[in-house]
Amino acid sequence: MRVHLQKRDYRSRRMTILVPVLSLLLSFFLGAIVLLLSKADPIITYRSMLKGAFGSTTKIQYTIAKAVPLLLCGLAVGVAFRLKFWNIGAEGQYIAGVIGITWVMQFWTFLPLWLLLPVGMVVGVLFGALWAGVPGVLKAQWSVDETLTTLMMNYIIIGYAEYLYINAWKAPRGNMGTILYPEAAWLPRIWGRVHAGIYFALALVVVLYFILYKTRWGFELNMIGKNRRAAQCQGVNIKANIILGMLLSGAIAGLAGAIDSAAVTHQLTKGVNSGYGFTGIIIAWMSGLNPFVSVLVALIMAALETGSDALQIMKLPSAMGEVMQGLILIPLLAGSVFIEYRLVHSSKHTEGRI
Amino acid sequence: MNAIDFTTRLLAATLAMGTSLTYATLGEVYTEKTGVLNLGMEGTMLLGALAGFATAFKTGNLLFALVMAMAVGAILSLIHAFLCVTMRANQVVSGLAITMFGSGLANFLGQRLGPASNRFNLTGMNLSRKFSNIAIPYLSDIPIIGALFDVSILTYGLYLLVPFAWFFLYKTRHGMVIRAVGENPRTAAAMGISVSRVRYLYTLIGGMFAGLGGACLSLSFIPSWNDGMTGGKGWIVIALVIFSAWNPARVVIGTLVFGGITSLQFSIQAAGFKLMIPAQFLGFSPYLITLLVLTVMTIIAQKKRGSFASPSALGVAFAIDDK
Repeated sequence: MRVHLQKRDYRSRRMTILVPVLSLLLSFFLGAIVLLLSKADPIITYRSMLKGAFGSTTKIQYTIAKAVPLLLCGLAVGVAFRLKFWNIGAEGQYIAGVIGITWVMQFWTFLPLWLLLPVGMVVGVLFGALWAGVPGVLKAQWSVDETLTTLMMNYIIIGYAEYLYINAWKAPRGNMGTILYPEAAWLPRIWGRVHAGIYFALALVVVLYFILYKTRWGFELNMIGKNRRAAQCQGVNIKANIILGMLLSGAIAGLAGAIDSAAVTHQLTKGVNSGYGFTGIIIAWMSGLNPFVSVLVALIMAALETGSDALQIMKLPSAMGEVMQGLILIPLLAGSVFIEYRLVHSSKHTEGRI
Repeated sequence: MNAIDFTTRLLAATLAMGTSLTYATLGEVYTEKTGVLNLGMEGTMLLGALAGFATAFKTGNLLFALVMAMAVGAILSLIHAFLCVTMRANQVVSGLAITMFGSGLANFLGQRLGPASNRFNLTGMNLSRKFSNIAIPYLSDIPIIGALFDVSILTYGLYLLVPFAWFFLYKTRHGMVIRAVGENPRTAAAMGISVSRVRYLYTLIGGMFAGLGGACLSLSFIPSWNDGMTGGKGWIVIALVIFSAWNPARVVIGTLVFGGITSLQFSIQAAGFKLMIPAQFLGFSPYLITLLVLTVMTIIAQKKRGSFASPSALGVAFAIDDK
């Protein structure tokens, strides 16, 4: 007897929840194997990761603060993925946001101090949108492969940012990094390490949910992703929507960069290529592109990152966090098939068809 | 240094740089020809580079190191094939997952497999042996093209593998089967070909080539291990496949041009020219050039025939009972 996959009539609701949860558990199991193979005790490792992420109030605050840019990047990637536009460039768009706000903070000194933060954030958002708009236009106008263009643009802006903080914009002291933003223009903290950026992130979750699920434009974006030909027949302007979708996606990633540098780093310096944009891809996919679910997934991913930072005390590489993040996607991708398909035992007359 | 010396050295550097790219690109051509897009190249190359280096470091056996690099490439690509072929997962996201997992694992193991004296770190370690250049007497003395006959055994291997790939894909019956699976899987299945089996096999082979490509970096080009040492080469490979229009014979042109541009910046600096361009700009120039070339080529291809000569079923999962 053989089993094969048969398409379900409707997407399974139960599986939509079950698959990501089981994937998360399975990835911890697979991670344990990796740890055992590299001669580390999985239980002790996981316990110290948990402690590192949630062990004290300060650590919980760190984790939440880290979840803010991650959530925003997840939302940014989610908007593009909804269109089946594979934006792998959230990383670069995030950096564009940091460059934007740093430019304002450093050179727009004619502005009154209280205006620096809002103007800087707006410019950061615009830079992010522009950096995403280029691959958007290339794709819409000439169908240039977006996975490659967005990715190449990451490498370009990482190099450019490095040029800025090592050469052109370097502070007079030290060997890298721009001068710190004026303290009056920092994004304020609201609870320990947790900063006001969380308001922006959560507000955006609600706004995006409304746009994507309740408006005509959101419906159009979804239709382009699901069935491009149908969208075309309905008279949806695909080119314009791809460009607009990408501008929105890049704007959100740019906001992530602007917020994180206004609240945490206060400068453009080494480490600006934080990997948040790449983690955003995992967050978007794991949440099924749903903004509300993204909040939870972003917290989990942030916990993995702060948790794995704690591993260095145990002399384990913090790259374990990267391993775990990559591992989550594998069972998730394998399991997603059960949302739209079910396993059936082949009866005689269908036997051997595959 | 005179112009001929300069050109010879440039060609030698280009060949060294291009070897790793050519292996991985050939592999990806095999994979994509069957309709499977494997964006996991970057992670596969990096893990291959690590596996090769770690094995050579521990055993001193270079051949075994190559086998291990191919083995990890095979494992990663099998995961990809399982996800995309059997589980019908999205190929783009699956490839990204492979890259993230492969890179993460490589960077993790790179800090675990080293000697205790170096805090288990492989970075900064040297190999007792590496793939050195082997000069063929007389031929290697010819100005300029002599560089072609003073390369490592890995590069010599390509002199056979590239023509073979072209012949295999375009002139043999089995090559026709591969192309049929990539162009029109439904018809191929109707002809009695197992689409899944072909896709699995060539995804596997593609992964082994990528592992080998990574090992070229850590065992021959710069015999060392560094976190993220592929530095985006795996993505350049994806672009090179497009530039070569999925034809192994044209892969060489792409990798030579690309390797040449990358080596040119070093050669110019080595020759003592002072450039007015900051180092970081040179650093990202390969990616900028890839972006520009990709854009220009796509526009030209569109004007000429409406689209690229990509395999028609590239990136599309196939299931015989889907309607």
